[in-house]
Amino acid sequence: MVAPVVVVIGVIIGYPLVRGMYLSTTNADEANVERTIGVNHIPATYESVGLDNYTAILEDGVFWDRLSWTLIWTVSCVALSFAIGLTLANMLNRKLAGRSLYRTALILPWAVPAFVSVFTWRLLFNEKNGLFNQLLAGGGIDAIPWLNDPTWAKISVIAVNVWLGVPFMLVAMLGGLQSIPSELYEAAEMDGASPWQRFRNITLPGLRSVSSTVVLLSSIWTFNMFPVIFLLTRGGPGDSTEILVTYAYRLSFVVSPRDFASSAAWGVLILALLSVFAIVYRRALRKQGEVW
Amino acid sequence: MTGMTTQSTAPTGTRRPRARGERSPLASFGLHATLLIASVVAVFPPLWLLITSFKPKTEAFDTGLVKDFTFRNYQHVLTETEFPSWLANSLLVVGLTTVIGVFISATTGYAVSRFRFPGMRPLMWLLLITQMFPVAVLIVPLYNLLASLGLLNQPVGLVVTYLTIAVPFCAWMMKGYFDTVPVEIDEAGRVDGLNPFGVFWRLIIPLAKPGLAVTGFYSFITGWAEVAYASAFMTGEENLTLAGGLQTFVNQYTSDWGSLTASAVIVAVPAALIFGFAQRHLVSGLAAGATKG
Repeated sequence: MVAPVVVVIGVIIGYPLVRGMYLSTTNADEANVERTIGVNHIPATYESVGLDNYTAILEDGVFWDRLSWTLIWTVSCVALSFAIGLTLANMLNRKLAGRSLYRTALILPWAVPAFVSVFTWRLLFNEKNGLFNQLLAGGGIDAIPWLNDPTWAKISVIAVNVWLGVPFMLVAMLGGLQSIPSELYEAAEMDGASPWQRFRNITLPGLRSVSSTVVLLSSIWTFNMFPVIFLLTRGGPGDSTEILVTYAYRLSFVVSPRDFASSAAWGVLILALLSVFAIVYRRALRKQGEVW
Repeated sequence: MTGMTTQSTAPTGTRRPRARGERSPLASFGLHATLLIASVVAVFPPLWLLITSFKPKTEAFDTGLVKDFTFRNYQHVLTETEFPSWLANSLLVVGLTTVIGVFISATTGYAVSRFRFPGMRPLMWLLLITQMFPVAVLIVPLYNLLASLGLLNQPVGLVVTYLTIAVPFCAWMMKGYFDTVPVEIDEAGRVDGLNPFGVFWRLIIPLAKPGLAVTGFYSFITGWAEVAYASAFMTGEENLTLAGGLQTFVNQYTSDWGSLTASAVIVAVPAALIFGFAQRHLVSGLAAGATKG
């Protein structure tokens, strides 16, 4: 029963992965891969170039530019959505009129498919006619080039991604909060702990295992977040909002001629970065006595 | 009732799930105000999408509420565009992904949960690490692979692709679920003469129904909302799936916000409904997989 499963997983994941790594050491591009034009079948003619692609990428400034923006993007998105999610979860985790109504409203961004939401935001951000700029104009403020100015575009994509990410954090945190026994709070209260002390010494440690999981997952998801950037700004203006993943995609599917080898090399580098991150993160957790 | 607390300043019990204490009116106001603002921020964009979809095409950017209520946009996308075929493509791809994905991940999850075999830990890690796979590392090899198999522009190609995304994570979640089903049940079944597959099929699967629902939901969402692969692998207007097709309404050359908003609403409503049913299990499934790992 195990064998077929391992085989299936191996085929659908292992094979493309190995092949991707192989491609990254070749000079494959649009002009020399195996392809069929009409009835003519043209065999592949690319050849191995060793690690040339990697040295070229690492020596080029573009990679480091994209990497630093990707890090800013990931850290700010995860930190903001975590903070907002935690705050809202704490507010909801008590007796409150309209609690389930608030909860439903707050997780709505998660229920709507992300690409649909991104289109909605584009409608709102539209520079000439979008709602935001029309409201600003009503208040006598000049239009803001939400998606057409490098800095504003960065702020906008982060805002949209935080909007998308908060509900997941909120629900996860709410689940975590509900698993903290209320006796702990009662005891602390008897001992005269202030709300802040109770939050610091009971809530935060109680949320440790949930938050370490969601932070890890959401860092990885954000690092690889393709649709938000691709659909909102296409990486633009210029390549100012291009993160590593969208840039690798651009290399193989947007620019011409398509450069499959470099794109694969970017992919492998991204994977390596994430693996290092996950290992370091896991070590750090283990040192603090977490189970995994 | 509040006599237990001796604090004089702060309102008591604000951090507790079941407060004995009362909030001060001011704290209560602040709480509701914050939650209300957050809710408005959360609800507004989807709501605006809905409102815009009922406006005539030419007034898509109108800041007011609907002045001339119309179903014209819906009528247009459903009868005069390729939208119905995108919808059909998406349904086909997503349906197959969900069924196959649930089957593979349930069997994998069960195997990893119950059997000890060499290479199990690496397999577990592989399952988790695939979550980190950037689109970029798989998209090129998959593209070349599908091209050489003649599966580009075919729904089947996209199904295979989505399985590579959905299966690892789902298997991880299913393992968490199966871990919560006591091994004694398996043993009892075997004593009663079931073979391992019978145990799995007749005892474990019925017990793991919530887990299967979550897995199915995740596979569904993966296919329904995926953009990168769908944009790269499917070309030609009638072959697109929803995520690719909607992009054609608004691009460098045209901006038909009326059609876009109407079709977006049609796409979002079923997803939101299914989400509503599955969301409670979603996080518990996730947490189970993560902590029991």
